[in-house]
Amino acid sequence: MNSQMKILVVEDDKEAANWLIKGLKEEGHVVDLATNGPDGLDMAGEQAHDVIVMDRMLPGMDGLSVISKLREDGVSTPVLILSALGEVDDKVMGLRAGGDDYLAKPYAFTELLARVETLGRRQSAEPHKTRLQVGDLEIDLLARTARRAGEDILLQPREFKLLEYLMRNAGSVVTRTMLLENVWNYHFDPQTNVIDVHISRLRAKIDKEFDEPLLHTVRGAGYTIRAAQS
Amino acid sequence: MPLNPKLLTSSTFRLGAVYLTVFAISVAAILGYIYWNTAILLERQIEDTLEAEVQGLAEQYRQGGPGGLLATVNRRSQQSEGGVYILTNSIGRRIAGNLPALPAEAVGERGVIDFRFPYETPGGTVQHTARAFFIQLDGGLRLVVGRDVEERRRFNEIIRTSLLWALGLTIALGIGGGLLTSRNFLRRIDRINDASRTIMAGNLAERMPVSGSGDEIDRLSESLNQMLDQISRLMTGMKEVSSNVAHDLRTPLTRLRARAEDALRSSSPKAHREALEANIAEADALLNTFNALLSIARAEAGHVRQGFQDIDLVPLVEDLVELYGPIAEEEGGQVELDLPGSAVVKVDAQLVAQALTNLLDNAMKYGRNAETAAPAITISVQRRKDGGYNVMVNDTGPGIAEGDRERVKGRFVRLDESRSEPGSGLGLALVDSVMKLHGGELVITSAEPGLSVRLEFPPKKV
Repeated sequence: MNSQMKILVVEDDKEAANWLIKGLKEEGHVVDLATNGPDGLDMAGEQAHDVIVMDRMLPGMDGLSVISKLREDGVSTPVLILSALGEVDDKVMGLRAGGDDYLAKPYAFTELLARVETLGRRQSAEPHKTRLQVGDLEIDLLARTARRAGEDILLQPREFKLLEYLMRNAGSVVTRTMLLENVWNYHFDPQTNVIDVHISRLRAKIDKEFDEPLLHTVRGAGYTIRAAQS
Repeated sequence: MPLNPKLLTSSTFRLGAVYLTVFAISVAAILGYIYWNTAILLERQIEDTLEAEVQGLAEQYRQGGPGGLLATVNRRSQQSEGGVYILTNSIGRRIAGNLPALPAEAVGERGVIDFRFPYETPGGTVQHTARAFFIQLDGGLRLVVGRDVEERRRFNEIIRTSLLWALGLTIALGIGGGLLTSRNFLRRIDRINDASRTIMAGNLAERMPVSGSGDEIDRLSESLNQMLDQISRLMTGMKEVSSNVAHDLRTPLTRLRARAEDALRSSSPKAHREALEANIAEADALLNTFNALLSIARAEAGHVRQGFQDIDLVPLVEDLVELYGPIAEEEGGQVELDLPGSAVVKVDAQLVAQALTNLLDNAMKYGRNAETAAPAITISVQRRKDGGYNVMVNDTGPGIAEGDRERVKGRFVRLDESRSEPGSGLGLALVDSVMKLHGGELVITSAEPGLSVRLEFPPKKV
């Protein structure tokens, strides 16, 4: 169901790279590998990729410099930064250098996959849409209203934000951490799984009275919103 | 006392030397002025008087002739105390006066002379000094009129010597005092140097000496000591963390290993799968513990302070409650709010949010009401008199026994009552270090019934 993507992995650790490539290939994507900074820079400049997965610590040239150089050269391919440094400041530095998302090591593969696919899709999506639609569910980003099959759905502001984020990434899996970061703007993991309750409340509003559910739980990964036929 | 060569190059001594020079010059100027007034001016006065007297006598001679002069000189010689007179004829023989002979110094027409003359005392004849004015009169007569200035001369001598002594003493005392002061100063600095060398050599218990006088060196020593205290607190913390980490990470790592080993021995794919899933969950829990430790370390390092911003606690609490409220409601409980219009403090928003999240988490897990088994949490924000703000998270659960309230702030401390719930034992430790980072305090009391946790934020500095 996922469209194929061309992904460039820049990672110097062989085992980690092989594991990543194997996982991404199993999901049907095409993967290129660069094992140091300069190679990564060359490969990203020569061929078009949908997403670049960039380790932060690289031999030859560190990941952040590679990204800065790429952006200078006009390469706008979305970049997911991987780093063993997981603090908020490091994240800010990574995003400032031109990265699009940041994932701290060690990570679950499902988390990485969800972020890579979200980034790849963001590239192709039209950014200035004012209406989003999934199946018969429709939201108006200007009026902040939601309708399904012609019926108005009343949403709290945060519920709307949650639905908007899910719909912007329709068809992709979004993880709980991604929701916490993007909908609530919290950059730490609460011990309790607080997101599930919010999802089930949203589900009660958009899916409960309809035959066909749109909001799905992806076991061990997160959530996705999609229409049945897509 | 052996003179330490360092002493002469010390800044105190140099400062002292400059001060002493200026001081000595001004003392010399003052003493010189006094001398001028007392001695020299008086001398000049005597000369003037003498000259006037001689002129008077000369005038008398011109008008009244030698006879009048002779009588006057003889009269005055007998009358005046301390006055010396002599009148000689052209060949130098004494005609009148109380001096035995014409002083050898009296040459020329007229002038002022100093000379010695014999002075009769009951004990015998002694030489005295006189100052005199002499004049050669018409007809070869010579007149010398003087004053015995022996006493004045001695007095002058005494004044001169005492002034020189005073100056010498001032300089000597100044140098001595300067040396002593700088020696004392240097000794204290040396003691501080010694203490820092001992500390550098590894004895971290050593402290800078404090004399107790409260002067600037003491203040310096005190702040150095405070710095050392802080360093050793951090070091102790580090050591504690390392040993805690070793202990508390070993248990889950042992479980991981045992489960993997167990699964290897089994041949059922179902057992393999279960073991792997359990190990991933275990690894995630380990990672959480690790992240919590890192957050604590980050808060303790203090460099986050540069990123502090003015944050209104009210929307921050509202957002968290918006996130957590539904969970409490799902379980039949609720989170109540008691908030002012705004409560602005200077903080790191993410860390404070994380601290409050930990408190909410604890309240959900351990603060359930004994009767209803549902969480009933109240969060209130209050302004203190000093302008700071308190954030209180109260529950209606069993609370924490008074004796344990300090202990639970430590790392990896889990009370026996809470061991059945999942958790790392780092929640309150993080809250504690976040509050310390912000110069505030974590206070745990009883909500009667239940637990009351208060975060005291200091007033915003303008």
